[in-house]
Amino acid sequence: MSFLSAEEKGLVNGLWSKVNVDEVGGEALGRLLVVYPWTQRFFQSFGDLSSADAIMSNAKVKAHGKKVLNSFSDGLKNIDDLKGAFAKLSELHCDKLHVDPENFRLLGNVLVCVLAHHFGHEFNPQGNSLGPQTLIPGHV
Amino acid sequence: MVLSSADKNNVKACWGKIGSHAGEYGAEALERTFCSFPTTKTYFPHFDLSHGSTQVQAHGQKVADALTKAVAHIDDLPNALSDLSDLHAYKLRVDPVNFKFLSHCLLVTLACHHPEEFTPAVHASLDKFFSAVSTVLTSKYR
Repeated sequence: MSFLSAEEKGLVNGLWSKVNVDEVGGEALGRLLVVYPWTQRFFQSFGDLSSADAIMSNAKVKAHGKKVLNSFSDGLKNIDDLKGAFAKLSELHCDKLHVDPENFRLLGNVLVCVLAHHFGHEFNPQGNSLGPQTLIPGHV
Repeated sequence: MVLSSADKNNVKACWGKIGSHAGEYGAEALERTFCSFPTTKTYFPHFDLSHGSTQVQAHGQKVADALTKAVAHIDDLPNALSDLSDLHAYKLRVDPVNFKFLSHCLLVTLACHHPEEFTPAVHASLDKFFSAVSTVLTSKYR
């Protein structure tokens, strides 16, 4: 399955090469927990999530965000076979973690906002549109 | 979901900083919506949707003016937006899912142009505000 054209893949990879994956991951996960506080239900063991500041500076949130975004990067390297690339993670999230797939859509949207926040005017509508297209199929 | 006083203050402060750029951002948010969520274009078959279109600019200004009014009447959205609510329910009948798409693109636009304002707390408040406006606009659908 290839849902992105060659040009779109180029745009996504071009943008991603400028992303500080470690930092952006922590910020995206942090913002998910701030903007959609019910998502905190999956992270009860993460310690202090009592305020926006606490969440954004929480070391476990940053570490886990880094892990999540590194998985995204792996996905991008296997963009023509996302199902295969994410098979194990998909099983984990479904059978063990019991995460409602709606949460993947929320995280995808937050990630697009974080990228827009970082890249500003560089984040043109074409880049914007590739976010949902790329990130949402990621929740196979 | 209820807007707290902190949410209302965040929204008013952020919208205040946007000032006269609101129309420009409204148009940009629309363009992003059409680009990212092409199904939304089905509501505008009569529009030129190319980049820089004067129709999109005008419509963006309209959307921005409505949001500015909503901010000014943030304590009573149902009354302030009653006419728009009727319009969307009985005439336009835009499927409710599309309000989420436009709200997302408004957030993206604001994040691009006002990175200092777009803190996590303000991001949350804006998302709640757009959600509250969307709820009012779809409140008379059925």
